[in-house]
Amino acid sequence: MSVIARPASLQDAFDALDALPNADLLAGGTDFMVEVNFGHRRPPAVVAVRRVPELQGYQVRPDEVDIGAAVTWTTIEGELADELPALAAAARTVGSPQMRNAATIGGNIATASPAGDGLPVLLAADASLVLASRHGERTVPVADFITGVKRTVLQPGEIITRVRVPRLTGPQEFLKVGTRNAMVISICCAALLVDRVGCTVRIGLGSVAPTPVRAPDAESYIAAEIDWDALSAPAESVVRFGELVRDAVRPITDHRGTAAYRSRAVQVIATRALERSLA
Amino acid sequence: MSASDPDRGSGASRGISDALHDPTTQDSRGGQGYPGPTGAQDFPLETYALSVNGRDLPVDDAWVGESLLYVLRERLGQPGSKNACEQGECGSCSVLMDGALVASCCVLAADAVGSAITTVEGLTGEGELSDVQRAFIEQGAVQCGFCIPGMIVALTDLLDRSPAASELEMREAISGNLCRCTGYGRIFAAFRQVQEEREHARA
Repeated sequence: MSVIARPASLQDAFDALDALPNADLLAGGTDFMVEVNFGHRRPPAVVAVRRVPELQGYQVRPDEVDIGAAVTWTTIEGELADELPALAAAARTVGSPQMRNAATIGGNIATASPAGDGLPVLLAADASLVLASRHGERTVPVADFITGVKRTVLQPGEIITRVRVPRLTGPQEFLKVGTRNAMVISICCAALLVDRVGCTVRIGLGSVAPTPVRAPDAESYIAAEIDWDALSAPAESVVRFGELVRDAVRPITDHRGTAAYRSRAVQVIATRALERSLA
Repeated sequence: MSASDPDRGSGASRGISDALHDPTTQDSRGGQGYPGPTGAQDFPLETYALSVNGRDLPVDDAWVGESLLYVLRERLGQPGSKNACEQGECGSCSVLMDGALVASCCVLAADAVGSAITTVEGLTGEGELSDVQRAFIEQGAVQCGFCIPGMIVALTDLLDRSPAASELEMREAISGNLCRCTGYGRIFAAFRQVQEEREHARA
């Protein structure tokens, strides 16, 4: 029996997962294949979902963009910069052009790396995921989907089909710290989204905790400090915001950076993102 | 031993890739990988065909985890795509898959079924040079040459997609192709030469 399925519909994908219950789900392959190439993953069987039509394309609606899980970062970078500026900016920092042509938003979420570049943006935007199985669909916020380092609530037989990203009115920033300007895994990154209608500031942070995290104390503090008509805030409040972001993270020391460096760097980029967003 | 020899890779001249993909060997990069000799059930085999440079080529009884790069080089006699990092960092294995530039080390070969794959070997007919390849030679853009197939594929892709690409777009287009010899200057010059030649030909 074949150990790889290349389903051409969502129904075929569910059938394949039933037939190959121990199979790994494969999207663009850019995380998966690195693990395989280095001997850290040996797929007993594979269900490759990149052809499934229900995972393709995107719809721009007044209040959200509904993105297929198999949509690549190249598409998001090139076609959604007006609707989702921070996500498009993050897309542009994912790997190389070669990676962005293959890597998908659904794969980025399912891998659930602490350093996943798209995740802080999705977290800050309160994005949610549609998870489909033979038994139906459920919608899960990104914040609840990722539970730990490369751990998620995705159940056997379930596939991420859509990523629903609310559209906001206001400035958005994505900043990433790495050892050079292209093709790096982040030492830390920050997505800052301003919602001028709801009068909120949201910040998502990557590579500074086991999962991407928000900084709720910093968010509520700065929302109260901002003059929302002018979209401005006192300089000392901007500084305080950066300190509160720093206090919200739990970075570790690894081969990419020390915990102390990450705490400092995330404070700097959070402050910078806010400065760029305010008048 | 010819490049198309199906036994290529076995015997004394085994490379890192062979060792890594051989189920019976330890992961040479730290021992966390393959746990030594194990049963075949841990390395299930698959038979399929790939469309490479316009030809349908059979891949028989290959481990399902093999990368497109490995299958191209070791099973299909297409060694132009180079194997260096095996993690999508260096770009030396760049190929076109359904017209999109990808790193073939990060494509599962068995999932490339039905896609049109173009390698550096497929950019021209046998024994011919493309304008990009000729410009690389004329500009002296090649030193050790290891990165050059991937560089040629990436720049060919950009020139076809975006003939009037700016300097910045060109630099970004090869941001995923590492060259440790040239400092890139003559690679940029080769790119500009092709742009000018094609512009001239259109005029």
